[in-house]
Amino acid sequence: MDFWSSPLGWTLITAGGILLVTVGILISLAFLLLADRKIWAGVQLRKGPNVVGPFGLLQSFADFFKFVLKEIVVPAGADKVVFILAPLITFILAFIAWAVIPFAPGWVISDLNVGILYIFAISSLGVYGIIMGGWASNSKYPFLGSLRSAAQMVSYEVSIGLIIVNVILLAGTMNLTSIVTQQSGWIWNWNAFGGGLGSLPLIVIMFPMSIIFFISALAETNRPPFDLPEAESELVAGYQVEYSSTPYLLFMIGEYANIVFMCVLMSLLFFGGWHPGFPTDFLNGWPPILANLFYLAVLFAKTIFCFVMIAIVKAFVPRYRYDQLMRLGWKIFLPTSLVAVIVVSAWRVFVQGGA
Amino acid sequence: MIEAIAFYLLAITAVFAGGAVVLSRSPVHSVLWLILAFFASAGLFVLLGAEFLAMLLVVVYVGAVAVLFLFVVMMLDVDFVKLREGFTRYLPLAAIVAAILLAEMIIVSLAVASGGAAAGGQIVPATADASNVETIGRVLYTDYVYIFQAAGIVLLIAMIGAIVLTLRHKPHVRRQNPGDQINRDRRTAVEIKSAETGRGVSPEELL
Repeated sequence: MDFWSSPLGWTLITAGGILLVTVGILISLAFLLLADRKIWAGVQLRKGPNVVGPFGLLQSFADFFKFVLKEIVVPAGADKVVFILAPLITFILAFIAWAVIPFAPGWVISDLNVGILYIFAISSLGVYGIIMGGWASNSKYPFLGSLRSAAQMVSYEVSIGLIIVNVILLAGTMNLTSIVTQQSGWIWNWNAFGGGLGSLPLIVIMFPMSIIFFISALAETNRPPFDLPEAESELVAGYQVEYSSTPYLLFMIGEYANIVFMCVLMSLLFFGGWHPGFPTDFLNGWPPILANLFYLAVLFAKTIFCFVMIAIVKAFVPRYRYDQLMRLGWKIFLPTSLVAVIVVSAWRVFVQGGA
Repeated sequence: MIEAIAFYLLAITAVFAGGAVVLSRSPVHSVLWLILAFFASAGLFVLLGAEFLAMLLVVVYVGAVAVLFLFVVMMLDVDFVKLREGFTRYLPLAAIVAAILLAEMIIVSLAVASGGAAAGGQIVPATADASNVETIGRVLYTDYVYIFQAAGIVLLIAMIGAIVLTLRHKPHVRRQNPGDQINRDRRTAVEIKSAETGRGVSPEELL
């Protein structure tokens, strides 16, 4: 007991937690990537990857070895340091954001008081990997792609920020664990439904906000229909044109880690996190570890649900044109979420009398 | 002990990155070093217990301002040789500014070390139960509300000015109107004509 509260023990526990979370994410990413391709194929009445392993389950691992064993090609005119740095930054940023995500009561690496702000700060840095990669390639297509994506990510960052402000106003805290704890109990306590019976009318605001958050998350992670940075029909593959082998793999993993991260964030902020939507009193008799595993499974199920939605959107929505994308972000989402902030804060002050 | 190590690591990083901003050859590298300097200062804020300010520094400066810097610098066609020529010419001026700043810092730290006015007297009493955000919010929206609002108005005017300066309505651009597109319906958009079998349709008949 003493050892685990000493500095050395604390360091060991934290390092172990980080390792566990990272490896867990990487392994789930392998299967989520396969699920993404399978869903995509299913919508188009194809079979998808089905050769490597049973049902193609090992496809991602085969792809991994294929990427790692290839040669890393650095273009002659490239800025070598920045060229290699860009995928590393994307990869690292995609993973350090997970530090504040609570997976179950108490299961969190760092329970920051400003957890949401930390997430917001990290996700606003994601643009650097793309813009550095595009510039360092010293080639026109990657540069155009990276400029586009920089403008796109900065634009949608704004509306995501304002939507998160709504959740902060409802919860009255920036700590992710407290935000989830406030959504315990019945399903109407979830933030998407106004966060409690007392503020049920806010469902008119909060439910559309969760949908706008979902769409903004698509744009923020460069997913179709907003995958303009890589728009293969016009920019070949955008900022990734000159990348091969492991650096490309790092970009790819970083992108998917960000997508899954947005799914988890949406579950935590709007859909009750690890709370299944009904009182969990029956868990009181269970051993704490089993109860936590139950909560983890609930959060996992919600995340998978969000991921399936994102995968389906990729399959059947055509790509936006760039001016349409900007119009959607600045002229529709930004004013809507701004009005929502005003309404929610007015509700908090005048109806609930919160100071 | 760990705090001291963290402080010295961050401080050395900040100073080194600051120097590299001035000394690096490519402007894009300068901006990247500047971002590292911002990051190190955010870390110093965290060490001071001001985690809210640290996060804001990262969100505002690294996430938005530096992106725009990078944007502009990447698209500029900068002549590196010319840039280096200016370096030696402005060095004396820069040295004077640096000396003045250094003198000010030394005076301030001497004042604090000898128990000056700002040493112990915190302007906002840090309470144990209120978080960083709450404390700043309480002060900002009560004692300093007029200054806060004035800052907001200044920013709003700057934003409107930027829009006015850059907004140009080009006369021959056909803009998309999504409302019109959605409201178009089959009855007005398409006209169905029946053509006789084996005869075809001539253009005049379609009008």
